[in-house]
Order: sequence, then structure tokens, then C-alpha cells
Amino acid sequence: MAMTIHLDVVSAEEELFSGTVEEVIAPGIEGDIGILPRHSPLISQLRPGELKYKTSEGMESMFVSGGVLEVQPHMITVLSDTAIRAGDLDEQAATDARQRAEDALAGKDPEDMDYAKLQIELEAAKAQFEMFQRISKAR
Amino acid sequence: MASTKEIKTQIGSVKNTRKITKAMEMVAASKMRRAKERMAASRPYATKMQQVVSHVANGHLEYQHPYTQEREDVKRVGYIIVSTDRGLCGGLNTNLFKAALKSMAEWREKDVEVDIAVFGGKAASAFRRYGLVAEKTGMGDKPELSDMVGTIKVMLDAYEEGRIDRLFLVENQFISSLTQTPRVQQLIPIVASDEEEIKHHWDYLYEPESKEVIDALMQRYIESLIYQAAVENVGCEMSARMVAMKSASDNAGNLIDDLQLVYNKVRQAAITQEISEIVGGAAAV
Repeated sequence: MAMTIHLDVVSAEEELFSGTVEEVIAPGIEGDIGILPRHSPLISQLRPGELKYKTSEGMESMFVSGGVLEVQPHMITVLSDTAIRAGDLDEQAATDARQRAEDALAGKDPEDMDYAKLQIELEAAKAQFEMFQRISKAR
Repeated sequence: MASTKEIKTQIGSVKNTRKITKAMEMVAASKMRRAKERMAASRPYATKMQQVVSHVANGHLEYQHPYTQEREDVKRVGYIIVSTDRGLCGGLNTNLFKAALKSMAEWREKDVEVDIAVFGGKAASAFRRYGLVAEKTGMGDKPELSDMVGTIKVMLDAYEEGRIDRLFLVENQFISSLTQTPRVQQLIPIVASDEEEIKHHWDYLYEPESKEVIDALMQRYIESLIYQAAVENVGCEMSARMVAMKSASDNAGNLIDDLQLVYNKVRQAAITQEISEIVGGAAAV
């Protein structure tokens, strides 16, 4: 039987694969990386691409949208991103977040109407409740 | 004395309120189940990430990331607060904000200023008067990392540029459906965990440069912690709302019973009065 190594592929939202494999070919940022059991410790960034791994049933593959690959002699971990990331996209998101905070300070305040309304209704009902308790006690 | 009609309307309105709270209770219960599933689904990533980061922290690497370095002089600290978007979930947010304010007050006493970034509408409106550096609201029941990176990046940039010297995360911890506790956790500098000790001298092979890889890894690590907090927060929100709405429905039930008693009494009094008037009238004839 061929030598095997444990492979875990996880993304922030779910576990994608966990099991024993004979070989992994990962889409490294500078080119595909083939990893066999007892590889020396390696840490690499991944580019969006196809992650191939060989199980006892043959070659399988899945798409990863980038992330980080860690190799320890006894196991391989792929921390997959949930979305394709790019530096300038992150920058844009950061600017948006800052903008929202500033808008909010300037008084543009989008409140959740439904819940706010419900809350008022509940408050009103509570006030009525207390009033009626007073009435029924006074009797 | 209130008339029977008034009390009847009152009972009707309380019944309507109970309908609303009952419905909200059931919605929260089913959403909680889904939130719990999501919590379970995102756990492997967090555990694996933790493992890799502890390998990195315990290894003898050529490059030490700034997030692992303690800064002596703390002039300003950052807080990331993860709250719900909506209310009606008991004391969940209030307790969280109390914990946050307490921790901030300790820093302010030492003349350390505080920068705040928030997730969720409730924290946004509660902390607006302290001035927010970044915010993200309306993430819904399915928080997505891509919605959160922007706000996180604002704080990470602030740390890297030296505007803040420490970063904390304020989150709700889901202990059980009935118990949620607020927690203030230090994100940066990373508190090294000694769970897994690899003592012998080793280093990774890097691809590309060690700095780039470790930077990317650390950024994802912090993001994963905050994402986990957001997912957990939804679970907390739903279970807290379920409990709050259950007690509201129970209270409404008690109230209806009480009102029904009052109603019966008033009705009986009216009948008695009518009979005695008729009897009195008949006797007079």
C-alpha cells in the first residue's frame, strides 16, 4: 500500500474534505505544488484554482478560491478562502466601512423599520397591561 | 369602573400581541437551529487555523509578524464589537455593551484612548456617540466573511500603522440555548497558546516570501476569529430572542387570564344590579 498523509480542506463556512490521501497537487501562488507524504514543513499562499488529491479511489479535485496551505510531515491543511480576494477589493471594502461610519455620524441613519415598529407596539401593550393591573387591583 | 366592552377590547389587543410574540418565538427557534448548524460548520476552519497559527507561533521562524509582538507603550487601543442588528432579544446586547464599556473604562483610566469598530446595528447606535472608525450593519442571519473584511481591515491597518497598539474583540459566547455570556478577548498582539509544543528547531519552506505568506495567514486568522464571533452572535441572538419571546407570550397568557377574571366580575356585577333593579321596581308597583 502506498504511503498516505492526512489532508484537511476547510473554508470559513464549512469543512470541504477531511481524509487520507496519497498525493496532493495544490495551486500555489507561484505555480502548482505537488506534495507527497513526509514532505518537509511548507507554508504557501494559494491562488484560485483546482486542488487535486489522490485518494484510494483515484484522483479527485475541487475548486479553491485561494487561501493558505500548510504542510507538516504528518498532515496537510488547506485553509480555503470563501471568496476570491484581491488587495484592491479589500481596500475598497475598508473605505466603504469607514464611509458608513461617517455617514452614520452625519445623521443618515437607516433603521430597521419593522422591528422598531414591533418594539413600539410591544411597549404600548406593556403600558396597557400595567394600567389594567392597576385598575383590577384598585377594585 | 371599566365597562365590559373596554375590557373585551383590551383582551383582544393582548391576544394580538401574544400572537406576534408567539410567532417571533417560533421563527427564532427555527433560525436558532440553522445558526447552530452554521456554528458547527465553521468550527473546523477555526480549529485548523488555530493549529497552523500555533505552529507558526511556536516555530523558530525567520520572520516575526507584528501581530505576535507585544508593544510596550500603549497609547491607543481598538475595539471590535459584534452585536445584533435587531432588538427584542432580552439583555443580550445590553450585557455585551456593559462588558465593552467596562473594559474601555479601564483603558481610559490609564489615559489610553479608544477606537471602536462595530458589526450590527445595535452596537452602531449605542457607540455612535463615542465616534466609530468603521461599521457594518445589516449582515442578516447569514454573516459572510466578504461583508466583514472591510471593517476588519480598517482596524488591522490602524494596528500596522501604529495608530492603535492593541486590538480587542467584544463578542457573545454561545454556551447553551439559555446562557450566553459576553466576552472581551485580545486579538492583537496574539496571545500565544502553548497547546501544541514543537520544541525542536525547524522552519517552513515558504512560497512566496515568508513575510507575504505569514501576513496573509495572520490576516485570515484574525478574520476567522471575528467571523466565528459573528456566526456565534447570530446563534446567541436567536436563542436569546426565543427565550425573551417565550416569556413575553407567557406573560400575555397570564394577563389574559387576569383580564378575563375582571371581565367576568364586571359582567356579573352588571347582571346582579339589573336583577335587583327589576326586583326593586316590581316591589314598588
